[in-house]
Amino acid sequence: MKFTRRDFIKGGVSAFTFSFAAPAFLSDLALAQGSSRRSLVVLYLSGGNDALSTLVPYSDPFYYSRRPTLAIPAANVLQVGTDASGKLLGLHPRLTGLRNIFNDGKLAIIQRTGYQNSSRSHFLGTDIWSTGNPANASGAGWLGRYLDALPSPVDPLAGWSTVRELPRTLLADRVSVPTIPSVTGYAMQSPNTGVEATFSKAGVVGLASHVPVERPHLSFVTTAVNSALATLDRVAAVATYVPSATYGNDGLSQALRAVAGAMVRGIGTKVFWVQIGGFDTHAGQGTNPQNGAYSNLMNTLNNALTSFYTDLRNQGLLNDTLILQFSEFGRRIAENGSQGTDHGAAAIMMALGGNVNGGLYGTAASLNPSGNGGGTLENNGADVTFETDFRSVYARVIDNWLGANSTTILGGDFRKPSLAFV
Amino acid sequence: MAARPDPLIEHLLRRAAFGLSDDLRERFTGASYRQALDWLVAYPRDPDVDHLIGTPGYLGITAPTGFTPNTNIAHARQRWLFRMVHSPAPLVERMALVWHHHFATAYSKVAGVYGATDGARLMAAKISEDPSGQSGQIDMLRRHAFDSFENLLVNIASDPAMLVWLDGVTNVKARPQENFARELMELFTFGVGMFSESDVYAAARVFTGWNLQRTVSGGVSRYRFIYNPNQHDTDAKEFTFPVLSGRLTRSPRQIPGRTSANGMRDGIDLIHALAYHPETARRLARRFWIWFVSETEPAPGAFVDRIARVYLDNKTSIRAVIRAVLSSPEFMDPKRHYQRYSWPVEFVVRALNETGYRGFSINDALTPLVNMGQQLFEPPDVNGWETGPAWFSTGAMLARMNFVSQLATNQRVALRDASRESGGSPETLLDFVFDRLSMAPPTAEQRTTLLQYLQSGGPWTGSDTQLLAKSAGLTHLLVGSAEYQVV
Repeated sequence: MKFTRRDFIKGGVSAFTFSFAAPAFLSDLALAQGSSRRSLVVLYLSGGNDALSTLVPYSDPFYYSRRPTLAIPAANVLQVGTDASGKLLGLHPRLTGLRNIFNDGKLAIIQRTGYQNSSRSHFLGTDIWSTGNPANASGAGWLGRYLDALPSPVDPLAGWSTVRELPRTLLADRVSVPTIPSVTGYAMQSPNTGVEATFSKAGVVGLASHVPVERPHLSFVTTAVNSALATLDRVAAVATYVPSATYGNDGLSQALRAVAGAMVRGIGTKVFWVQIGGFDTHAGQGTNPQNGAYSNLMNTLNNALTSFYTDLRNQGLLNDTLILQFSEFGRRIAENGSQGTDHGAAAIMMALGGNVNGGLYGTAASLNPSGNGGGTLENNGADVTFETDFRSVYARVIDNWLGANSTTILGGDFRKPSLAFV
Repeated sequence: MAARPDPLIEHLLRRAAFGLSDDLRERFTGASYRQALDWLVAYPRDPDVDHLIGTPGYLGITAPTGFTPNTNIAHARQRWLFRMVHSPAPLVERMALVWHHHFATAYSKVAGVYGATDGARLMAAKISEDPSGQSGQIDMLRRHAFDSFENLLVNIASDPAMLVWLDGVTNVKARPQENFARELMELFTFGVGMFSESDVYAAARVFTGWNLQRTVSGGVSRYRFIYNPNQHDTDAKEFTFPVLSGRLTRSPRQIPGRTSANGMRDGIDLIHALAYHPETARRLARRFWIWFVSETEPAPGAFVDRIARVYLDNKTSIRAVIRAVLSSPEFMDPKRHYQRYSWPVEFVVRALNETGYRGFSINDALTPLVNMGQQLFEPPDVNGWETGPAWFSTGAMLARMNFVSQLATNQRVALRDASRESGGSPETLLDFVFDRLSMAPPTAEQRTTLLQYLQSGGPWTGSDTQLLAKSAGLTHLLVGSAEYQVV
């Protein structure tokens, strides 16, 4: 039996529900849509990550001259080799687990991602990264648009935010993505017990069944109630998950623990959101000391991701998982007078997972301020300028991992074949 | 059946107070709109009700080892919520909350620098409570809630918690710190798009020397804003917008070089220019629209122009602006009723006012508020909370519904007792409970659903057992409904 691309497009995925070996062009797409297990975990470092302290250009003399107190001594970095431009790079000393994953070839680091005229505003910057639209960063997010494009009806748990506020990235027009900051707290209470509690729940369902379409602002709230009602039982199943690795008590670790639980329980969620704050390090950044602010962030990040990675590996789910990290901007190259760094421009993105082609993508900037570092800097040499449009990274994830069409979702062709990290 | 104020006054109380408390219901039943507005905007006496904390008959607090709201942030949260419920001047508390959102400062960073006790002091202490004689940020915002916006900006720029939060504490001439400078323009005044990166650098230099002095003696730290002339950058600063006015000014876009002794004038001049910038006036008008009038349509141009004019004509007076907003035809138009999404804090306080609070400890609302997405003294970032529909994620909506469940459980006996006289039939009970809540009347379908709920489990008898279950259950359904969340 031979299928052509044309047949596929005419018939759609549902025409292929019987089991046989899919032709090569279909494999990724069908795998993504057919497998309820494959998922994307977006990790947001909130506040603007100082990428030069995450991936350290420890052989660049200007890194040391421009950061007299913040630079990490070359002897302390965790070396990860050289990039395509021959620059020596190393991870922050606290990222020991991530270095192991890097050495296993399952961590990709994409250098200098960003966009032209990078916004120095946290809020505009975050909206731009969330929508994938620097010109008009409003409306649905890039993953919200992905969810909107899924065949109807979309499962209310197709997206899952582990933070209380729904991030714009997951804001969709057709789907109300649930926010589940705690799987155990995600339950409905009643002032009465026994059969009266059942009546209460029936009352809630009854009231929410009248969606006031003529008042959209009110029906928005009603939809949140209905979305909660539709997801309570499955989230309760996740609450009983016993992980195979030890997670810390910090928010990120606990969020990733819930994500692992949802994957193991086969909930079917395609897109998860996790985040960690504290990256707006204007003062007292503490890149080097044991309990410095940035050192602690790196420690938390490292431990949380390592636990998650180990848990998924034990559960046999590593190949079905892709973690994609971003932040709203990088930070200024030179440190400020408060042993911190101010808002900057381009930064790194990271991708990790069982199907990731690990390694260093893109090239590091020359931090020599004169001549804008040979074109790798902007703002009179003060900031790292972007080399890879962040939407090219999104495009790779959409096309090759989520099995959707990046040009439709991103409103343009941002594909970059050399970015073969997944 | 209790008497109710005019529907327009109820609208005002949902927006400018925290719903229909028994006190305000009594005070404003039969009153004119103008009388109610005057009461709220020009509060008649010192609104400090802290001395009532712990008195029977009022909202409870929890503090097993002593209540210290000036040094303990959980106690400070309880005190503020207590004030919102019991203050005779609820609009002052609402404005303090609005300014807390606008000048969003988080306790956790301050506490991370100076420790939990001093962090709570800098956020929440009153002048009379603090060893420095220094006002905590929220009490400062409360005292200046109706002041001129210009004066509020000067106070926020020299506020100790703000100096820590946006790193003014380290803003020195050798290395200007641009964090406060950027947010002053981007968030506090005229907004993104009105300034360039060079303005951020210049403004950072303007505020060099606006620092915080901390001295420790006898184990007590004292905090004081200081202008440190030795750390001020005395060179001229160029801006892309006018910063000086007056006929004699030759370079309106430049703050001239000044001696270090006179350098504090730079910041005062910049704040003056920003406060009086027409775009600041317009942006504030748009924000007042969202905070008080409607979140379902953008502010009409005529409204923005009118409110901006009031602001500029009254030397940036917030009192003049709020009065103009609340007496505007747009605000009073019935089509704007129930067009705002309530903030978690206003939802909780209104639910307490309209359901009951005797025997309830406000401490039990603190975790639910976190789950609803609004922890006092802990906005997510300097942009404040994401308001409007963003409050209504599934998890947050569930938290609202569960808070009502908890409150109705706590109040079940009081709810039963109050409803005894109205327990003759499901219809009379429904009307009674509805009347306590300042929400829109139910649709026919909702009424059917609610009556079905009251009749589920057996025929109506109006017995105490039935009323105990059903009045609490009905309160839970109504206060936890989508309709109650819009105000």
